[in-house]
Amino acid sequence: MPELIDNLYSLGDQIEDTRAPDVPIAEMWTKAKFDNKLVNPTNRRKLSVIIVGTGLAGGAAAATLGEAGYHVKSFCYQDSPRRAHSVAAQGGINAAKNYNDDGDSIYRLFYDTVKGGDYRSRESNSYRLAEVSANIIDQCVAQGVPFARDYGGLLDNRSFGGVQVARTFYARGQTGQQLLIGAYQAMERQVAEGTVEQFTRHEMLEVIIVDGKARGIIARDMVTGEIETHLADVVVLASGGYGNVFYLSTNAMGCNVTATWRAHRKGAYFANPCYTQIHPTCIPVAGDYQSKLTLMSESLRNDGRIWVPKSRDDVEKDPRDIPEEDRDYYLERKYPAFGNLVPRDIGSRQAKVVCDEGRGVGPKVGDFRRGVYLDFASAIERMGEEAVKAKYGNLFDMYQQITGENPYEVPMRIYPAVHYTMGGLWVDYNLETTVPGLFAAGEANFSDHGANRLGASSLMQCLSDGYFVLPNTIRDYLASGPFEPVAEDAPEVLEARKTVEDRIEKLLSINGDRTVDSFHKELGNIVWEYCGMERNDAGLRKGIDLVRSLREEFWRNVKVPGSATTLNQSLEKAGRVADFFELAELMFIDALHRTESCGCHFRSESQTEDGEALRDDDKFAYVAAWEFTGGDEGTFEPPVLHKEDLVYNFIQLKQRSYK
Amino acid sequence: MNLTLKIWRQSGPDAQGELVTYPVNDVSEDMSFLEMLDVLNEDLTAKDEEPVAFDSDCREGICGMCSLMINGEAHGPEVTTTCQLHMRSFSDGETITIEPWRAQAFPLVKDLIVDRSAFDRIIQAGGYISVKTGAAVEANNLQVQKHKADRAFDTATCIGCGACVAACPNASGMLFLGAKITHLGELPQGQAERDSRVVKMINQHDAEDFGGCQNLGECSAACPKEIPLNVISQLNRDFIKAKS
Ligand SMILES: Cc1cc2nc3c(=O)[nH]c(=O)nc-3n(C[C@H](O)[C@H](O)[C@H](O)COP(=O)(O)OP(=O)(O)OC[C@H]3O[C@@H](n4cnc5c(N)ncnc54)[C@H](O)[C@@H]3O)c2cc1C
Ligand code: SF4
Ligand code: FES
Repeated sequence: MPELIDNLYSLGDQIEDTRAPDVPIAEMWTKAKFDNKLVNPTNRRKLSVIIVGTGLAGGAAAATLGEAGYHVKSFCYQDSPRRAHSVAAQGGINAAKNYNDDGDSIYRLFYDTVKGGDYRSRESNSYRLAEVSANIIDQCVAQGVPFARDYGGLLDNRSFGGVQVARTFYARGQTGQQLLIGAYQAMERQVAEGTVEQFTRHEMLEVIIVDGKARGIIARDMVTGEIETHLADVVVLASGGYGNVFYLSTNAMGCNVTATWRAHRKGAYFANPCYTQIHPTCIPVAGDYQSKLTLMSESLRNDGRIWVPKSRDDVEKDPRDIPEEDRDYYLERKYPAFGNLVPRDIGSRQAKVVCDEGRGVGPKVGDFRRGVYLDFASAIERMGEEAVKAKYGNLFDMYQQITGENPYEVPMRIYPAVHYTMGGLWVDYNLETTVPGLFAAGEANFSDHGANRLGASSLMQCLSDGYFVLPNTIRDYLASGPFEPVAEDAPEVLEARKTVEDRIEKLLSINGDRTVDSFHKELGNIVWEYCGMERNDAGLRKGIDLVRSLREEFWRNVKVPGSATTLNQSLEKAGRVADFFELAELMFIDALHRTESCGCHFRSESQTEDGEALRDDDKFAYVAAWEFTGGDEGTFEPPVLHKEDLVYNFIQLKQRSYK
Repeated sequence: MNLTLKIWRQSGPDAQGELVTYPVNDVSEDMSFLEMLDVLNEDLTAKDEEPVAFDSDCREGICGMCSLMINGEAHGPEVTTTCQLHMRSFSDGETITIEPWRAQAFPLVKDLIVDRSAFDRIIQAGGYISVKTGAAVEANNLQVQKHKADRAFDTATCIGCGACVAACPNASGMLFLGAKITHLGELPQGQAERDSRVVKMINQHDAEDFGGCQNLGECSAACPKEIPLNVISQLNRDFIKAKS
């Protein structure tokens, strides 16, 4: 039995990525593609691929692998693949096209990604992402994605938080939707061709592992309740992020950790679970009935100015009556070079700082007002209302719809909200997890963004993974297939089915006093309070105790009405919340063990004199990959930490500065 | 505010359905319509009754998952999705009737949930531009006039919610179809398949039991993304041209 640290976890062997070829970084991907084995076109049809998720990562992968001739089975929990949460992305997608000749390049995008991630991402993966980015735009345009164009008919760009070049492609405020429709249509084309089989309203609840390899999944048909076995030669999880562990987030209601957590329980390491991104520009919480938070694209920061009153005495005043000299444009003041365009983690934390000082605006939540102004008055004066409307009209409408206030007249109120999870399943350069034959793509993996993701870089990563990376790396894996067929009644299959059935049965039979949502809300509060924007030793320890005792109550006192054999939304939610409970504990342990601050992980014990995140590169320049060690439903044994050292051969580690 | 809800309850596709009355109290006007239903469902669960099944996911008006006929109007009284509708659009003491989309082509699944997979099959029939991954040319080699790009975008904003079908007395899917035909037809990339696309998609539309279009305009009035009625004229023009 290895020694327990803090009574919470133990230390295991180091791990490393062995898949990136040992050549200069600019040649790696070309070399890898060449080295990856080929599959004869006539053999492809005999090889089957399960893809869980139809977002940009899963949808793009399904379309491309289908097109290549493999037999693809695609799963999503919504009623159509087109509704995956990628659809909600507003702002844009980055690509190193350098159309504006403003000094952009693959190398600069690579550099910005690594720096933005506060030097906690793997160089090889981040470089490939930048390298592939230009192809993504070509692909999407060819599919008919209606990106914004200038009057000359060429593609238009804007700049996004944390960088100084304009490399973001966009489709008004609906970039995610337009990209997703492109991927969805490409995938539907393959459905018609018969290469992709589509399973909607299906929730994956378990991975099937035979002889150490991922060979299928157990899914529940959410309409009939039937538990189904699906077998394949390889399994891809592209199931999105786990921000809903916080209950309130900008994620869709159904976003969950179940797919990746079930894989984690079966041997896939989970990397950096505590790296969660809080987005600075969301609409503040209005009441305790609130079911989700709404993001306002951070493109608003290009023309809007963020401020709070200088004095606490002014917070209840009509903002229009507060004269210029009594306003504190705190980002412009503290970060003159980047101003309102500082990276997200800084923008968010500074909003918290001014609200903690009692200078927040809007209604009181608890003891504080949690809101800051995002003001377009000067933009309207400079550009005219029409121009502002053309650029941001739909965002303004959305704001008005939700708050009932007119942002052309009164400054908007914003506050940070949970938005994105950099953590996820550990993968190597090939996007393969620690379980052979199990791949993870998109937000579900941990790979490219380190401790903080730059705006407009997730869509890029998802499409890079789906269109370009996976199809190349999976082929290498499949070249050694088709594998020995697995029988539907093989012991491993029956065991996976039984796990699923027992769990459903258990959730339905507890019949306690509290609803699933009430547990989820309370869990979310704990995680937000103690593992949110700012973390410290005492709070994290307290959080672990709170999560454990609430989880214990959940398994004793939750009430899940209805039956297993019909459409049952309470049951669906219960399963997801049960997995969030386990994930939450791992997030706390990860955050507690990392006593440095980096990117979005801000430990109050580790900050510079100016209150910025202070890294400890000697101790923490590694990826924390956690291994599950056992435990019945609802409990888990102390996990094992495996470190992957981050070696920087091309980019020099620096203290980030956006001053 | 206090409200009376009349909600369609139906335990499955073949079961008998009925409107059931539920009073709800202390509704805040800042709540969204679906949050109001969440509160009702929490109460029902506490009282050992089965909560009302309804669809939603993004709750930002973009995924197209939410639906609901609210007092006979698809997505309710405002030009938006049900998830973006807020209770300030209603008044104290009101009775609100909530029903599922009703259309032959959208069979009922449970309570307020219907099956809209017919839309996916229409897209499968031809709602795409055929281009292999990796085979695309440099993006800026292709210029698109701004007004065309804008129109393509405006029609590409369709979220596939089905409100147009629910609002149409004939349960026609022509607005949905016209939006896709116009989006792809405005772009130079979409020309090669323009003729075959419209024919295949219309055939699939008809095979799915959607009704015909009589130009009543209810679809466009109900559409949360304000897809204009003239996409249907575009659809008809393209169809006639393709057939001739
Ligand atoms: C409001 C918002 C705005 C954003 N804006 C931007 C932006 O402007 N630029 C940018 O780059 N990024 C943005 N992001 C981030 C980005 O949109 C996401 O990180 C990205 O789209 C995730 O894509 P994905 O393919 O990994 O997963 P998703 O699109 O979330 O798809 C997950 C898929 O998995 C399926 N699934 C999940 N669990 C299961 C299960 N158990 N069984 C079966 N199926 C399952 C779902 O049905 C879905 O199909 C934004 C995110 C949000 C929330
Ligand atoms: S055309 Fe409008 S109403 Fe019809 S599906 Fe599209 S968005 Fe919904
Ligand atoms: S829930 Fe997504 S549009 Fe309403």
